[in-house]
Amino acid sequence: MTREEIGNGSEDMVIDECEPEGRERNSVPDEFNANYLKVYYGKLFPHADIFKWMSYGNDGKHPACDQSYFSRREFSYTLDNDIYLRYQSFNSASELENSIKEKCPFKIDIGPVYSVDPAKRHAYAQTGDNVFTPVERELVFDIDITDYDDVRYCCSGADVCLDCWPLMTVAIKVIDTSLRDDFGFNHILWVFSGRRGVHCWVCDGKARRLTNEQRASIAEYFRVYKGNENSLKMVSFTGLALHPFLARSYTEVLKDFFESKLLLSQKLFSAEERYEKILEMIPDESITSELRGKWQENKRSSISKEDTNVVRWQQLKHILQSGRLKAQGLRRCVEEIVFSFTYPRIDMEVSKHMNHLLKAPFCVHPKTGRVCVPIDPNCCEEFDPTAVPTLSKLLEEMNVGALRPDVDNAEWDRTSLGKSIRFFRSSFLQPLLKSCKEEIENSYNAKLQHSKNSMSW
Amino acid sequence: MEIYGYQRKALHSDAISTLPLYRSAPPLDVRLEDFELFAIDRLRVLKGISDGLSRGKKPEEIDNLAKDLWKANMRHPEASEVVNKDIISHFVLRLVYCRTEDLRKWFLSMETALFRYRFRLESAEAQRALMAEFDLPYKAVSNSEFESMKDNLGQVARSIGQPLTPADTKFYTVPFEEVPELVAGRRVFVHKGHAYVAMNQVVSLVATQFRSHLSKALILTNRKWTSSIREQEKDRLTPIVEALCTSYLGPDYSEPREFAEISIRDIDQIAMSSFPLCMRHLFEKLREDHHLKHGGRMQLGLFLKGVGLKLDDALAFWKAEFSQKVGAERFDKEYAYSIRHNYGREGKRTDYTPFSCQKIISSTPGVGDHHGCPYRHFSEENLRAALGKMRVNSRAVEDVMDKVRNRHYQLACTLTFEAVHGTSCDAGINHPNQYFSESQKVVQSKSHSTV
Repeated sequence: MTREEIGNGSEDMVIDECEPEGRERNSVPDEFNANYLKVYYGKLFPHADIFKWMSYGNDGKHPACDQSYFSRREFSYTLDNDIYLRYQSFNSASELENSIKEKCPFKIDIGPVYSVDPAKRHAYAQTGDNVFTPVERELVFDIDITDYDDVRYCCSGADVCLDCWPLMTVAIKVIDTSLRDDFGFNHILWVFSGRRGVHCWVCDGKARRLTNEQRASIAEYFRVYKGNENSLKMVSFTGLALHPFLARSYTEVLKDFFESKLLLSQKLFSAEERYEKILEMIPDESITSELRGKWQENKRSSISKEDTNVVRWQQLKHILQSGRLKAQGLRRCVEEIVFSFTYPRIDMEVSKHMNHLLKAPFCVHPKTGRVCVPIDPNCCEEFDPTAVPTLSKLLEEMNVGALRPDVDNAEWDRTSLGKSIRFFRSSFLQPLLKSCKEEIENSYNAKLQHSKNSMSW
Repeated sequence: MEIYGYQRKALHSDAISTLPLYRSAPPLDVRLEDFELFAIDRLRVLKGISDGLSRGKKPEEIDNLAKDLWKANMRHPEASEVVNKDIISHFVLRLVYCRTEDLRKWFLSMETALFRYRFRLESAEAQRALMAEFDLPYKAVSNSEFESMKDNLGQVARSIGQPLTPADTKFYTVPFEEVPELVAGRRVFVHKGHAYVAMNQVVSLVATQFRSHLSKALILTNRKWTSSIREQEKDRLTPIVEALCTSYLGPDYSEPREFAEISIRDIDQIAMSSFPLCMRHLFEKLREDHHLKHGGRMQLGLFLKGVGLKLDDALAFWKAEFSQKVGAERFDKEYAYSIRHNYGREGKRTDYTPFSCQKIISSTPGVGDHHGCPYRHFSEENLRAALGKMRVNSRAVEDVMDKVRNRHYQLACTLTFEAVHGTSCDAGINHPNQYFSESQKVVQSKSHSTV
């Protein structure tokens, strides 16, 4: 297959509409390479939106704007050949855009806002008074489906399919609800990581100013797994009740997902080695042998029309929740099993440190070619990772779009990326910037008032 | 007394709370004798709490103990002076206890325990005022809000194994980022960015603030002390300060009270029945070796004085032993003088007081010495053997060894007392002569009850 050479702009390409091979000439081989990326950065990547986001309202239009804010933000590039450039910083939107277009990084990461421009960091010490240190950074979360490999049978490793992806959906629902209802955050962006996970960016001012200790406390609040490969049970609920956050997650999301989706899609009870894993979580020999007995003899006869997995789960629940057994380890065994399979597994280290770098939204994943598009938490069940636009598809769409040149609209609007960018702007960026402006305005007025007061007699 | 900073206004003059935070040294004039006396009174409270804690008392018991101690020791004939006594005594003790890491640690723990108890007793209003002093942005939860939150709050409480009682209605809200530990442990209900903190959790947080502030203050005080105060005050306050932390505050047994003098005839029998292990050991070694080195002579000699041995009997006793080793003449020449010295008949004529447990535990016996505290200074093997000789049953020996491993030497001795005498000793042993007199009480009552 010959690689089509693609120039810097689709205006250069001549399309002959009538030719029957027209469609093939538009098609772009499904690949990820520097040339495709160059077009992407040239025409599709939303540089200006990223700049506006990262400025958090400090666009110079208000006297209280911090002119240095954007330039103190660290970006990092991973170039072709795995060359890694840290501490990139820019003074304006155009500097950012030109740099990306020129360097064509395979991956762009966003770091914290530092006390001074990272380019000048060598002039400052690490400790003491004159310091180079992070001062603001979004609260971020990283959820990767490979962390669930012990509970998904359909795929493993880097693969993801529509049977196991719903685990991510569930994670989004649980965490998003808690971030809003419990912690009071409002400006939250969920992003597809490009292959097998999701990232979360919490951008409220309060979130950006959290210390490492405070970030760690939120991550711990979300953490439920306490075991490792050696413990039989990863999840252990002692206490006389579940914390309201966990109880809500269970009743609103996890229980139903487990019973009506995961049980069936992963066939959790269909084979001995699979149900043994669940039986291991029950600390009562008499119960486990009773169940084992039922299921071993049941292997051959499948008189019941109902799915085996559903039946066996009902049997297990029945025994565990029947009044007669209230032994310590059994009280919440059913919940423990459900949580083990379905509860979000976040990467603690990513969230705990202000200086952790995280991939920027709208990057293209080198292994899949897919764009890291935002996910709407309100309808995240509809998100399909296998249908996310790829680089080559977008380029294809651009070729087609060139048939109807529309100078008013941006290039991306004619592609499937348009939907994502519009969503990014309306659901996230605009409300965020409005809130930032208000914050800047309020603190400015407060300062004015204060200085007025101190000058009064 | 140096004055630094001026006192913050709304602290206690409005009588919202009489619980000072000791933020800055008070601009008061203090009489030199009050300087010492107030500090000693406060020290009694702190040491009493320390005692209670090391004896494993539960929090409610510590509260009652602190209450009694405070009432007994921190009064003042003039009501207006009570708060001043509180503040002055605290600041004097800061000087005393800032000087080493161990002293600071002890003082911090006791003052924080005391603060915790006193904070809990304050009215809700006073507590809020104190929290404001700490710049803690807490807001009380109104009754109506509590009612609407009750289910969730109750659920959180049950989830951490501390179900709410009807008395637990005081809750406070605070921005969640102020209480990271509680959030991390899911020990609070969090809603719209606010954490709902229960009363007992608030006390912990306030106490932590108090402790951290006092810790920093102690370091600063130490610097000031070493750089200027100690030298400036070397003729006035410094000797008082340096004596204060080692002072033992119980009865000093310099005047034997309840018992008739013991005679040398009885001494062996009494040693078997009523001496604590440290003195038994010295006594046995003396009988064995007919000699004791200086540390042992001091420790045992003063103890015997406290027990009621008169000077003449003491001289006879020691001479009988030592002359077997060094001869009568040498005894008269070299040892008699120091015995007379101990009884205050020579030189400065100070009537030396028998050593307390604290002093004995902190001594450093070397090669050939037999003084010190066996619970601390003996090897496990030797200690077990010694306890066996005292006929302590094996179960009690294990309890004693457990205390020893946790460095509760006086508790170990108390347990020994209880095992040997078959009675409990609530007061806890902190002086060998106390052991003796308690023991004699038991022995005498037993002999009186048997016909």
